[in-house]
Amino acid sequence: MAHIEEHKETHTVQKEKQNYVMLDLGKTPKFGMPAFIQVVKRSLSLELLKGLGVTFREMINALFKGKMHTTKYPFEKLPISPRYRAIHEMLRLLESGHYRCIGCGLCEKICISNCIAMETRYDENQRKEVSQYTINFGRCIFCGYCAEVCPELAIVHGGRYENASEQRAGFSLFEDMLTPIDKLKEQKEFAGFGSISPNADENIKKTPLAY
Amino acid sequence: MDALTIGTIIKILIILAIVSAIAGFGTYIERKVLAFMQRRLGPMHVGPFGLLQIAADGIKLFTKEDIIPQNANKFIFSLAPVITAATAFIAMAALPLFPTFTIPKSLPVIGGAIVPSTVADINIGILFILGTMAAGLYGPLLAGMAQSNKWGIIGSARTAVQFLSYEVVTGLSVLAPIMLVGSLSMIDFNDAQAGGITSWLIWQQPIAFVLFLIAGFAETNRTPFDLLEHEAEIVSGYLTEYSGLRWGMFFIGEYANMITISIIAAVVFCGGYNDLAFISGWFLFVLKVVFFFFLMLWARAAWPHVRPDQMMWLCWKVLMPLAVINILITGIVVML
Ligand code: SF4
Ligand code: SF4
Repeated sequence: MAHIEEHKETHTVQKEKQNYVMLDLGKTPKFGMPAFIQVVKRSLSLELLKGLGVTFREMINALFKGKMHTTKYPFEKLPISPRYRAIHEMLRLLESGHYRCIGCGLCEKICISNCIAMETRYDENQRKEVSQYTINFGRCIFCGYCAEVCPELAIVHGGRYENASEQRAGFSLFEDMLTPIDKLKEQKEFAGFGSISPNADENIKKTPLAY
Repeated sequence: MDALTIGTIIKILIILAIVSAIAGFGTYIERKVLAFMQRRLGPMHVGPFGLLQIAADGIKLFTKEDIIPQNANKFIFSLAPVITAATAFIAMAALPLFPTFTIPKSLPVIGGAIVPSTVADINIGILFILGTMAAGLYGPLLAGMAQSNKWGIIGSARTAVQFLSYEVVTGLSVLAPIMLVGSLSMIDFNDAQAGGITSWLIWQQPIAFVLFLIAGFAETNRTPFDLLEHEAEIVSGYLTEYSGLRWGMFFIGEYANMITISIIAAVVFCGGYNDLAFISGWFLFVLKVVFFFFLMLWARAAWPHVRPDQMMWLCWKVLMPLAVINILITGIVVML
């Protein structure tokens, strides 16, 4: 019994916290006369005009109070969450500018849809270097496993979500994904899968747990 | 040619040019108003404030491929849009648009021409207008049946249903003002309300006014009653197979009808183009028509549309009895 009591308590507490209002819709009339009376009541109380009032108020809000919703998309963009898994990026080492990938092949191995293809070889210093690295974005399901498994934080998900291209190979070559050497200073560390978006505070709402 | 004939021809040209231009401009206004009411921006990128969007749409309509479906009845299929567009403009022949005026003598050729307020001041004006607009319903009816498309058939079935329902209400609701004025001519309606705001028929006939507005919305397929082409239910109804210019003709017809209904409401119930104190009648008349036009867009943004059975229920069980009672009361008052 105790746990039920407890549950009731949290229930009421939550009820007090959230102010959800149940609309008073009244009874739905089942037969002729009450239905008729309801129609007459609604017509005489001019409910239709209230609807007109709401849209007019919204128009005034939009035009004169700066509450327009439109984002002029190609010119303006909304911030996306750092967790968002868009086209991959290959990062570089900040000190030397060399790419981070050590050619371990873990990403290729874990890829759930088998879409990473890579070839490696030894360079003149007998270190492993990546000679070929492509992701077939026609098959990638953007699951994020490759980024999670990478021991060097070399492959990460970037923010490029506008991925329409003229060729199937668009975005998918190693050089396309690699941070350009002159942009090295702007390279950002992937915040990771548990990270929160920069505007997280604005987005927080009370979660309704009890209905 | 005498002055009046030249004036009438000028008037015809004015109506054709201005109304089809306004019908095009109306689409722009509609999109803007709907957008603002939904807190969007509407057309923005073609020209200043998106004003040239009309031109872009016009070019698109003109250059689109004109498709006639294989099993369609080609003759009727091409005739139907013409019926809608033509009747919409024919109805305007009896509409008063602004006070009669004379073109100054100093102008060449057309100088001295008397431009009448209506093209044809026939003594059955309002009956003629409502009749022609009703005949315009043959457009959707034939279009839907000629195109061998199930959505089209449903669209034309709904046309018939809608037509039978609201036309009774339209007729009965204007009957009461007609009884008060004692004439069917639009000019007489206008002249009967010359005595300032208190003489407007809307104060004597508020119920008839509301009924007429409701029926007018149905007549022009505006939103609470846009059963004929409601895209969530029947794709596009009678318009499903139409493209390009033929579709454009239906469109112009619809907007011309909206203007006609706005003008009738302004003339019959709201004082027409009479001067009010110091405000000129022209200006006031345009304001009234614009208000009714805006009301149609406004209602489209605010209200959901009704089902066909609700529409019939409304027209036959609510509006028609109200209209009949209104006529009875008016008749008794007129007799006393
Ligand atoms: S996101 Fe998933 S599917 Fe895409 S390349 Fe990485 S592991 Fe493969
Ligand atoms: S897991 Fe990382 S380091 Fe290993 S091959 Fe893939 S990208 Fe390179």
